[in-house]
Amino acid sequence: MVIECKHVWAHISGYLDQTLPPEVLEQVEKHLAHCEICSAILDSTRNILILTADERVFELPLGFSERLHARLEEEINGITP
Amino acid sequence: MATELRDESRMIASILAGDAQWFHELIRPYERRVYAMALSFLRNEADAEDVTQEAFLKAFRNLASFRGDAKFGTWLVSITLNEARSRIRRRDALQMESLDEPADEEGHTSPALLRDWKEIPSEALERKEIRLLLHKAVTALPLIYREVFQLRDIEQMSVNEAAAALGITISSVKVRLHRARMMLQKTLAPQLQQMAPKRRRWAW
Repeated sequence: MVIECKHVWAHISGYLDQTLPPEVLEQVEKHLAHCEICSAILDSTRNILILTADERVFELPLGFSERLHARLEEEINGITP
Repeated sequence: MATELRDESRMIASILAGDAQWFHELIRPYERRVYAMALSFLRNEADAEDVTQEAFLKAFRNLASFRGDAKFGTWLVSITLNEARSRIRRRDALQMESLDEPADEEGHTSPALLRDWKEIPSEALERKEIRLLLHKAVTALPLIYREVFQLRDIEQMSVNEAAAALGITISSVKVRLHRARMMLQKTLAPQLQQMAPKRRRWAW
């Protein structure tokens, strides 16, 4: 069965997470093999996910941890859970 | 996160038995994750730090109600979400950021159509402008999509964990994540693509 571009777009997330049922996966792969627009959409989405995952590496505000633990210490000395 | 090597249930038992100092140790691996989530929802460092402190205090006060059937990290995430949401409700009452599902959740987001895609290497993140673009696009997502995206694609939580933390079904997680990704592709792909040709001397 031949599927349209729009149909493929609905499966991009599932494709990236490798959760598509085998028959859908086959249709999507067949389509991707000859459709450069859908291939570009897939590649760009995958690339954007890789880039945003790297966003995790950020600096905590200076003194963040010290302030947090000091606040907790006050609480710990005050009450028992 | 190497939490498997730490015996969290033993720490929790010790805290509940009165040795509360263990709480400092218990939460250490989660400080960054909780702060990152709070920041992604609140978009403001001071508010994010406040919410982080509140979330950990709440976790401490309610530790006795933590059930071992969820991971401690997942439980913390759901406390953080609740704190962040109530903060957003109070703070953004004037700005009216909706916590409800946008009416078109069932609708489709059309992706940005490009004929070819030049891979943007991760090292490019050192470029401030790219980081800014990514950050702006993620924080511009409506909250219900932003939280799913944050948990799944940034914190790398599993679908099940994200569903448990958000209190929504697994299929809602999948639908929202797909929409979030498509929205980001639509916004970011043309912007990133435009930056690529200018930077030919970097090999991409």
